Amino acid sequence: MKEKVKRIRAEIARSLDDVSTVAGLREVRSKYLSRSGEIPALLKLLGSLPKEERPEAGRIINELKNWAEEVFDSREAELAAKELEERYAREALDISMPAEFRRVGTLHPVTLVREELVRIFAGMGFIVYEGPEIEDDYHNFTALNTPRDHPARDKQDTFYINEDLLLRTQTSPAQIRMMETTKPPFKVVSPGRTFRRDDDATHSPMFQQMEGLVIDRGLSLCDLHGLLDIMAKNMFSSEAKTRFRPSYFPFTEPSVEVDVSCFECGGAGCRLCKGTGWIEILGAGVVNRRVIANCGLDPDEWTGLAFGLGLERIAMLKYGINNISLFYDGDARILSQFR
Amino acid sequence: MYLPISWLRELVDLDGVSLEKIEDSLFSCGLEVEEKKPVSPDISGVCAGIVTHIERHPDSDHMFVCLLDCGERGQDIQVVTGAQNVSAGDRVPVALPGAVVYARKKGDIDSGPELITIKPGKLRGVISNGMLCSGEELGIDDDWYDGAGVDGIMKLPGDLAPGTDVKQYLGLDDEVWDISVTANLPHCQCAYGVARELSALLGHRLNTPDMSYRATEAANDDSIKVDVSAPDLCPRYIGHYVRDIKIERSPVWMRRRLIMCGINPINNIVDITNYVLLELGQPMHAFDLSKLRGRRIVVRRAKPGERIVTLDEKEFKLTEENLVICDAERPVALAGIMGGLDSGISGDTCELLFEAAKFERGNIRRTSRALGQSSDSSRRFEKGVDEYTTRLAMDRALHLIEKLGCGTISATDLDVQAEPDKPRPRIETTIKAINDVLGIEIPADTIVGILRRLNYDIETYGDKITAIAPPYRLDIEGSAADLAEDVIKIYGYEHIVPRFMPNAAITCGGYNREQQNTIKFKNLMCAIGFHEMMNYSFTSPAELDMLRFPPDAPERNAIRISNPLSEKYSIMRTTLAPTVVRILSHNAKRGNDSVRIYELANIFVPKGEGLPDEVQTVGFGMYAAGGGESFFTAKGVLESIAEAFRLNFAYEKTTKPYLHPGATAKVLCRGEEIGYFGQLAYDIAEENEITANAYVGEINYRKLSEFFDSRLVYSPVMPYRDIRRDLALVAPKDMTCGQIEEVIRTACREVSSIRLFDVYRGAQVGEGMKSMAFTLTFTPKDRELMPEDVDKFISKILRALEYKLGLKIRS
Repeated sequence: MKEKVKRIRAEIARSLDDVSTVAGLREVRSKYLSRSGEIPALLKLLGSLPKEERPEAGRIINELKNWAEEVFDSREAELAAKELEERYAREALDISMPAEFRRVGTLHPVTLVREELVRIFAGMGFIVYEGPEIEDDYHNFTALNTPRDHPARDKQDTFYINEDLLLRTQTSPAQIRMMETTKPPFKVVSPGRTFRRDDDATHSPMFQQMEGLVIDRGLSLCDLHGLLDIMAKNMFSSEAKTRFRPSYFPFTEPSVEVDVSCFECGGAGCRLCKGTGWIEILGAGVVNRRVIANCGLDPDEWTGLAFGLGLERIAMLKYGINNISLFYDGDARILSQFR
Repeated sequence: MYLPISWLRELVDLDGVSLEKIEDSLFSCGLEVEEKKPVSPDISGVCAGIVTHIERHPDSDHMFVCLLDCGERGQDIQVVTGAQNVSAGDRVPVALPGAVVYARKKGDIDSGPELITIKPGKLRGVISNGMLCSGEELGIDDDWYDGAGVDGIMKLPGDLAPGTDVKQYLGLDDEVWDISVTANLPHCQCAYGVARELSALLGHRLNTPDMSYRATEAANDDSIKVDVSAPDLCPRYIGHYVRDIKIERSPVWMRRRLIMCGINPINNIVDITNYVLLELGQPMHAFDLSKLRGRRIVVRRAKPGERIVTLDEKEFKLTEENLVICDAERPVALAGIMGGLDSGISGDTCELLFEAAKFERGNIRRTSRALGQSSDSSRRFEKGVDEYTTRLAMDRALHLIEKLGCGTISATDLDVQAEPDKPRPRIETTIKAINDVLGIEIPADTIVGILRRLNYDIETYGDKITAIAPPYRLDIEGSAADLAEDVIKIYGYEHIVPRFMPNAAITCGGYNREQQNTIKFKNLMCAIGFHEMMNYSFTSPAELDMLRFPPDAPERNAIRISNPLSEKYSIMRTTLAPTVVRILSHNAKRGNDSVRIYELANIFVPKGEGLPDEVQTVGFGMYAAGGGESFFTAKGVLESIAEAFRLNFAYEKTTKPYLHPGATAKVLCRGEEIGYFGQLAYDIAEENEITANAYVGEINYRKLSEFFDSRLVYSPVMPYRDIRRDLALVAPKDMTCGQIEEVIRTACREVSSIRLFDVYRGAQVGEGMKSMAFTLTFTPKDRELMPEDVDKFISKILRALEYKLGLKIRS
């Protein structure tokens, strides 16, 4: 038995050096250590030995078994490490090769501006309402205190469907629709498509506006300035300043044009602001009492602030776009830039 | 509106006020200076010189050598000239070295003004240190300066000091400002109106134009009659008789102002009417009275079919909507728009009736648009003319007649007024109400002071204030806001301080659920590679033709714009598919090799009376060179949408006139059709230069969004594993994947997913057959699934497939 143990031990020691793969090693291991392997076979022989030899024989077989397990384990770990290393070496990549991925899409620049504005105004408590693109004369003009002979009603500017229906020339009719249906106080912005009969580098027959309306008690021009100032600081730059200057809209009084200090030069004067330090961004005003009364509200109780800005104009300023027709071009090389 | 600065300076005391200050002041009144145009930006360095000596050029038979006294600019300056009209003692404009003047035009070709800079030189060997100038070289003609049009050198008056700057002397150093006036300020649409605002703002003296004249009673003609039978359209009509008219050129100061404001001088009478229009904003007309039959004016609505030929020799057929000025027999002017050809001023006019009237602006606008005829007068009337100024204008015109000495002014003044004692606009309010609009506290006396400067009559009683507006204000609506607006203009908008609605109610802002879903949808499209595009809401019928919509297709029932920019933009979209194809084509033509684009926009469905139905719709399109897109990547777009919004879509074959008949599907959600998609027909793709296979689809977003479920409820995840089995079936080649899936799904409830992963056609499966391999996923409901359970499911499925479809497992 001692001889057998010694021979097996020698055989194992030799084969450990011969095998070079984990798989080969496991084969050899199973030859000696599996249930039907040579070492368990030795244990089965124990019974045929004289009784007095059995303890000693048992001990050396167990010793062999323990030793074999240990050397196989350690050799396996060694080979496995080597194999892994070789595999990694084999699989080394040219990581500069191109990626495989689905290119991301984009939101339209007007949507980007719109979302940014909605976020800012939502934070100030404004909800969002979209009115119809095809409006009636009453909502687009009459209710907005735009008398029958006002230049804005001229056929030169407005697309008409028939005597009464037209493509809205402004998002302001949304003011009327809100006041007709919503109990004040409320704050709302109303973005959407608007239409005028103009087509050149700075005018598109379709363009987009965002109307804003606050109806509450005791609102003043200072409150209007406050909320537009917050908008400008969030939209353009925390340093941005706004200024009012007189203007005219039939549905507000007083009416103002609002300029923001040039965010390119900070007000020193540059090409963007044409040297003035200011950029015109929107029209606004205190809602005309007649408009409030037209909507069935009591103008002695309710006051309103309104403003309207051109979304393309803001996008042109923010993204350095010089021609309004680019927004409606559809070339993916334009659209894909707005990520 | 054009306004020469010299005129403004005459009307308001602006000594020591810089141009910048004037511009800023106008700006803060809401009068924006859009452009500042120097009258003669190019000419410089020309001074007056006296010809002290002149002799023939020694080597030329047409040139002369002159010596000039240019005062401080130099003595005995030698200049050679080719002009034949110069003699000793003449005062002439001399362009000294360094001066810039216009080059004389060569031949008949008008190549635009060309500038030359004068340099000392020699002409045929004789030194010439400058150039004597013609009017042309100074850029002026006889209208600007009498004698400027002469052939040769322009002559300056004998009392002009040598060395005087000629540019300044000729008024060429003036500047004309183009001022934009908002529609609420018609009273600022004239030189005097702007001056009045500026004077109020700066507190400087206003110089009201002289309106005095002496009437000669003996020159009266009581036979002249004025009747206004349409007082609603003509609230005031003033006719004034002037005789002994001498038609001449008007004086140079008047002509220059007209020219600077863009109006050609004609003769003294016509120029006076135009001058008054520019100065006071009241259009005027002069009738040759000898041509008015019956010496009579009737202001009335035209009779239907009545005709008139206007000054510009255009004939118009009129309706009762048009207001006409008639004599005893026929229309002699289109009221407020243009005079008639037969009654105008001509060289032999010797008596006239001046007209100053207020015509209702809406009517002028409508007539002008309906007839396609407009003029400076009609454009001014459309903005609004007040009846008060009508009187001032007549008086001013008569003053100018006297000043120019071109007629005898009678006392025959026929002033027909619908409402002679029309009250001035009156506002009763409080100082507090004015300050409440503004949000600041302006002291009462400051408010009163400002309003008085703006010509309001003010009475106060405690906090109460009664303000009667000046008669020329047409914009007053009668509330505190009117006064607040006027006060803050003068007080200064810089006093308005930002403040954030301290007393306003707290409101909950942001998107509602539907709007949030729209953003989610857009973000999803972004994530799956789609670029959002935006296109006009209107389109061309030709685009519907391009996609071969039949005449009775619902898409053909589009809303038409009655006054489109062109046929290209003449109907409202009823489908987004044509736009999608156009944009795909646009990208293909630009060489973009793969594109995914979509738009979320309204289509417009007519709805009988009233507003049409605006239906939010998604149109999408995609193509990729090299086959990167297929019907199934397009289907994948729909599946991504379904997945993102926790919906299940079903698909059924359908056809569209512009899509591949074998590769088009409609999309259903809970049995309702919500859209379609498919491969663009090859011939349409080819016509549009799209070479790769393109896919186009539309989703009725409104319908789709009705299925969005905002309730998000967690469903517990079982701790048991899914089990997957592959199943290869042999099926007839026409059998669809959907048919098989349907049978499997109904046969076994434990199947949670069925995925086709291979289709094989070939000899091994037999003629007319195909092999389809599916991976089935079984998800346990309440206990671990054992292989034996799955075996049972599979045999159940196989039995169903065999019974319902006659299918066998592939051996």
